Amino acid sequence: MEEKFEPKIAAFVCNWCTYTGADLAGTSRLKQEANARLIRVPCTGRIDPVFIIKAFENGADGVLISGCHPGDCHYNAGNFHARRRWILFKNLLDFIGIDSSRLYFSWVSASEGKKWVDIVDGVIDAVRIKGPFKQYKKMNKEIEIPVAVEEGVSVK
Amino acid sequence: MNELKQICKDALTEKKARFIIGYKEDKNKRVKPFIAKTPEDAEKLTFSHHAVNNLAVYLSRFKNNIDGKIGIVVKSCDLKAVTALIQENQIKRDDLFIIGVNCSGVVLDVAKEFNKDNTQIKCKYCQAKTPPYYDALAEESKEFEMPDDDQAELMAKIDKMTAEERLEFWNAEFEKCIKCYACRQVCPMCYCEKCIVEKSEPQWIDSSSTSRGNFSWNIIRAFHQAGRCIGCHECERACPMGIPLTLLTRKMGMVAFSEFGYRHGTSLTEPTLIGTYSTSDKEDFIK
Repeated sequence: MEEKFEPKIAAFVCNWCTYTGADLAGTSRLKQEANARLIRVPCTGRIDPVFIIKAFENGADGVLISGCHPGDCHYNAGNFHARRRWILFKNLLDFIGIDSSRLYFSWVSASEGKKWVDIVDGVIDAVRIKGPFKQYKKMNKEIEIPVAVEEGVSVK
Repeated sequence: MNELKQICKDALTEKKARFIIGYKEDKNKRVKPFIAKTPEDAEKLTFSHHAVNNLAVYLSRFKNNIDGKIGIVVKSCDLKAVTALIQENQIKRDDLFIIGVNCSGVVLDVAKEFNKDNTQIKCKYCQAKTPPYYDALAEESKEFEMPDDDQAELMAKIDKMTAEERLEFWNAEFEKCIKCYACRQVCPMCYCEKCIVEKSEPQWIDSSSTSRGNFSWNIIRAFHQAGRCIGCHECERACPMGIPLTLLTRKMGMVAFSEFGYRHGTSLTEPTLIGTYSTSDKEDFIK
């Protein structure tokens, strides 16, 4: 029997808006799918694109980034700086041929518990249809235990 | 030629510069970077189609710890790097004595003579043969007919590919990478004291040269250059494996221009692309 594919989603969320929004979704007992792993960061401005690469390397099939609406940033301009970086980063991924449609962005405020649930469910469904992120899985496989060690060849 | 020597000699005698970073020809007729410290040294300074190096890379190593001015010989493309370093507060304009040279193109293969087929890619679309500003200007301006910009054609071809084809193209290129970091060492804009690839707690980028590590390194390098690369094409020249690195950086430069109308290294006072933001940046991709 074929096992059903369950996507892994890494969600980088800002402490002040989306994380609190997700918390509200929880306290309001809203149902959501459990495939997203939330990673709390102080601000979307803290998210270095290397985090996204690292998430894909560690087996994420999709990455969701969410923070305060423009103008609502706790640090005034963190999300504006982040937005600029994302535009560049998305274009770069596209040019290299890495599927940038596995990268999702959203603004979710602390009071938008419902919006958060809708977005997470939407992302999970979309990634489930896309299937596993084969491009990266292939690259990850390459660096598994070298053959020499497996066969017991001693390395001096 | 004598003009350049004379300018440098005068600058060193009159103490306009403490030393001058320039080029000299060695006994094998190779043009190499050379630092002239005395007026006698200035006799050795030269400039030709073979002066390929971007000398601005030495500037970022000095930071602001100089007693007196640094003299530097720059082509118009190298001057963009100097401008960018000033813009990014790595060095002060007042600490520099800029000797601009009129350049009519540099060679791709240093072992061969300069001609139409032996020209660097950057020269094919170079807009300014004369540096836009300088403290002294040397060399006569010569006109050369440049061949077509074949990199732009290749870029358009890549843009038309499907995502899979593009990944395959880059996979074949990045596969060659041996992680020697020559692209970083030679880059005037790569001046971090500790590069992200050397940060090991956590290890952000795989230091092994597997395709995973190579992808991470090249993506992050290109991203750190996004909107910062001034297009001196030194990375591609230094790359021992012949990876077309400038395709990435040039593409990102084009994105920076099309999305934000920004070109790095063209203004001394304009805030940098990443260092600032606009409330009207596009956000059609954000839900």
